[in-house]
Amino acid sequence: MRYFKQLLLILALAISSFSQAQDIPARPEPVALVNDFANVLTQQETTALESKLLTFYANTGNQITLVTVKSLNGYDASSFAYEIGEKWQVGKKGFDNGIVILFKPKTNESKGQVFIATGYGLEGAIPDATSKEIVSNEMIPYFKQNRIYDGINQASSVLMGLAKGEFNHQQYAKQRSSSNKKGSLGFLIPLFIILIFSFIGRSKSRGQRTMGSSRSSLPFWLLMGMMGSGSRHGSSFNDFSSGSGGFGGGGSSFGDFGGFGGGSFGGGGAGGSW
Amino acid sequence: MKKSVIILIVIAVLAIWGISKSVGFKNNMVTMDENVNGQWAQVENVYQRRADLIPNLVNTVKGYAEHEKSTLTGVIEARAKATSVNINAGNLDAAGMKKFQAAQDGLSSALSRLMVSVERYPELKANQNFMNLQAQLEGTENRITVERKKFNESAKQYNIYIQKFPNSFFAGFYDYEKKAYFEATKGSDKVPEVKF
Repeated sequence: MRYFKQLLLILALAISSFSQAQDIPARPEPVALVNDFANVLTQQETTALESKLLTFYANTGNQITLVTVKSLNGYDASSFAYEIGEKWQVGKKGFDNGIVILFKPKTNESKGQVFIATGYGLEGAIPDATSKEIVSNEMIPYFKQNRIYDGINQASSVLMGLAKGEFNHQQYAKQRSSSNKKGSLGFLIPLFIILIFSFIGRSKSRGQRTMGSSRSSLPFWLLMGMMGSGSRHGSSFNDFSSGSGGFGGGGSSFGDFGGFGGGSFGGGGAGGSW
Repeated sequence: MKKSVIILIVIAVLAIWGISKSVGFKNNMVTMDENVNGQWAQVENVYQRRADLIPNLVNTVKGYAEHEKSTLTGVIEARAKATSVNINAGNLDAAGMKKFQAAQDGLSSALSRLMVSVERYPELKANQNFMNLQAQLEGTENRITVERKKFNESAKQYNIYIQKFPNSFFAGFYDYEKKAYFEATKGSDKVPEVKF
């Protein structure tokens, strides 16, 4: 056992001779986006989250990884998260578009800690103040009720929307302050638009019944257009999976996805405890 | 005749070896030196980011915390001091580094004093603008930690390289000097004890 530990130490030192690597978990093989070292998620939850994050990665190239640990080994949550990001190289080289969500469960002796670390490339899309809001509004309320998965799932949805540019951090802040409901607003906006247009369409068609179908079909076309754009997304996703073979096909050495790719972290993000 | 040819060959081989080593060294040094300089720029960048946050922070606090004038003045003075100390990346010697670090640490402690005094003003703490600034300040402190560490790593790599033989010989020849490190602030390695 002692020899084994020594061997591990030497190995860790060899991999990264400058950082205190032995305290930071090594990059798992095969690489996964959900790394539940602390066993806080069920198998189903892990699978669901993994596929959600994988799909997001396939569509946008942004890597979000979840790491749960039993102990921070004396590190700050922030340093721990950056060390993981740097050591595992979450994100793509040149883009630095990785996010590390670090989670440490609450125990009898210690507080629960969570930290969202953003790579250099995402600091603009997800400013620290926004990370802080996500932590205190989407995560901690759930974590307090011990609904770990819900908190992480909710936060990852918001992070995805921000990273994709679906909505920006100001819109997120506004949406939050106007209604404290924790709904996924990505769904609501198109639904709302469809509703409005279908009302307009109906009133118009009622006004000029003779013009008939061509006008009243406006919401229908809108809907079709939306579905079209949706399926376009789908096809680009397919292109990715068939083209590079990185997704599912296992063309790379990492099997499930292309692996982490050289992203770097500069200290962006925020965290909280409960 | 034969002897002189052998000597010539030996000299030629040595010269070629020396030149190729020297070229290799010089090329590596350019890369490493630029790495350290680039990292230094990042360090200055994050410190500048912190300095840029302060006017806004001071203005926000001023509106709520009338009685903290001396703390606020302390922050402003420390900021002025910190921004006045600049070191050129080209000469990162121990003395300059010490001065730079002392000035920045002065600002750090002034800021932490401010953040402690702010605890007495619940209205300020609930202010959205202040909460944003606080998150940004925390993020900036994190960035400072990260970039300092990265700088130390690149400087260490550089220092190790120039001290190895035969690089040490070339380093003296080309006038490459050791780079200084950031040192942990005194007492910061100890986790503060909390007693109730």
